Amino acid sequence: MTRYYTQEHEWIDVDGAHATVGITDYAQHQLGDIVFVELPAKGATLGKGKEAAVVESVKAASDVYAPVSGTVTEANSALEGSPDLVNHEPEAGGWFFKLTLSNPGELEGLMDANAYGAWVKSL
Amino acid sequence: MRYLPLTPADRTSMLATIGASSIDDLFIDVPAEARLSGPIAGLPMHQSEMAVERHFSTLARKNRAAAHHPFFLGAGAYKHHIPASVDHLIQRGEFLTAYTPYQPEIAQGTLQVLFEFQTQVARLFGCDVANASMYDGSTACWEAIGMARRITKRTRALLSSGLHPQYVSVAQTMARFTGDALDVALPALNPPRHPREGGDPSSSAGQTSAMDSRFRGNDEGDDDYGGTDMSRLLAGIDDTTSCVVVQYPDILGRITELTALADKAHAHGALLIAVVTEPVALGLIKAPGEMGADIVVGEGQSLGVGLQFGGPYVGLFACKEKFVRQMPGRLCGETVDANGKRGFVLTLSTREQHIRREKATSNICTNAGLCALAFSIHMTLLGERGLREMAEINHARACEAADRLTQIKGVELITPTFFNEFTLRLPKEARPVVRAMAGKGVLGGISLGRLYPGVKALENGLVVAVTEVVSDDDIAALVVALEEALA
Repeated sequence: MTRYYTQEHEWIDVDGAHATVGITDYAQHQLGDIVFVELPAKGATLGKGKEAAVVESVKAASDVYAPVSGTVTEANSALEGSPDLVNHEPEAGGWFFKLTLSNPGELEGLMDANAYGAWVKSL
Repeated sequence: MRYLPLTPADRTSMLATIGASSIDDLFIDVPAEARLSGPIAGLPMHQSEMAVERHFSTLARKNRAAAHHPFFLGAGAYKHHIPASVDHLIQRGEFLTAYTPYQPEIAQGTLQVLFEFQTQVARLFGCDVANASMYDGSTACWEAIGMARRITKRTRALLSSGLHPQYVSVAQTMARFTGDALDVALPALNPPRHPREGGDPSSSAGQTSAMDSRFRGNDEGDDDYGGTDMSRLLAGIDDTTSCVVVQYPDILGRITELTALADKAHAHGALLIAVVTEPVALGLIKAPGEMGADIVVGEGQSLGVGLQFGGPYVGLFACKEKFVRQMPGRLCGETVDANGKRGFVLTLSTREQHIRREKATSNICTNAGLCALAFSIHMTLLGERGLREMAEINHARACEAADRLTQIKGVELITPTFFNEFTLRLPKEARPVVRAMAGKGVLGGISLGRLYPGVKALENGLVVAVTEVVSDDDIAALVVALEEALA
């Protein structure tokens, strides 16, 4: 399993053609207390860089983008009742959705943990 | 704040900076023939304050004011008694001048009023949650259709033929820009199964060639559902339907049970939207939310807000709790402050334009606060029992008027069920009849020819509203005026 990051602060764990997507610890920290997450429906087709979900905190509502193109296989239903999971476990139990990749080549443009760490420092 | 106008020197300097030689240079892009070079031709010069007042008083006396005549107009705007205390209270400076309560620390009074307004609307409509009001009933109706699209991710809305034609128009205007497909139909002027003697049940059929261009298709009506288009709606729902929109009571005054419609809609993943243009009716009849409606919207003018030439009015908007994040408009919530004391705040604001910008649930992010306050004060003064009593008086008055009017030769009641408004079929076109009655000082109703211009099959229809302000003398005057106009 390999983890990649985007400049929009999403992370994606890739295992073959399957992947899990969430937002980073940095992102949840910037947002503050998260009160609601709107997730894509199972079977939805997502395009790389297109809106996939909405995360709403006491401060703002933000779009979450698909790091790569694919089809949603599962949304994290635990977030419906406990959106604060995104604050407590952003890069584990607070994942947003799973998808099957339609173009694995798109992963090449994403960052690894070191590159993302440097990117966050530069902000 | 002081207002300091520009000096001639300021102007010269500003013009020099932008390279214009005179103010007129700024309008150079307007074609010369479209520019006004002097006084407007044909307009009188200014006059003294007294002369202007006299002139306008003379003009105003030509009006037939609602308060000065027997008055039976309704169709979405109703003349009810407004207690003097309503106007007195809404004119308190704390309410009258209050702006959007973004700062709860200085706006607790306004916020509490909105919270109570929401509570009243939610209870009246039988829904979980209501917002802090919208502009009026027609825009609330459109917003509900848009909300159903966002929830179902479908774009085909099925509109009842009993929906107010002006609400249909507003929805059609908006749908031109959103891509929603609206399935609409004209109502039918069918008499009930056993028409009164002298009626001519065949004359309403097959005359829709000059159909109002807002409507495609025609509805023949269905006797099983009191002449409404319930059968058309039930048959029209499929897996592409976003919502079914039904007015209750409808434009002709009819009342139908909505549960079957709600069940069918839900079975296909569609929503049921109920539209209430006369909320006083809910003092007597079942709330749409109790019959399974997902979104209930309405016009709140009837309670506390005058006719006011058609506005400003107050839109009511309520829904099931699970849809609250897709609801448009302001929402006020109850909370506790740092010391644990009860307080009120705007909540779920992230749906709204000032935070979500172009992705807001709606561009309606404000509300009709003062009219909502009037609604809320009137509702509070009435209480649950008062509202019931008011509704009972309305219905009793309307029944009495209907009984008297249908004794006139050739006049048929075509609404087997009604609250305070019913539809008559006259033996001739209703529009000139209304004018003739107005000439005699009786404002006797709204002709369907006015609501549906050019629709032959509806032109004999007259919608008559009877509220608690109508006296026995008023009803007697209407009977005489109608008899004379039909003679």
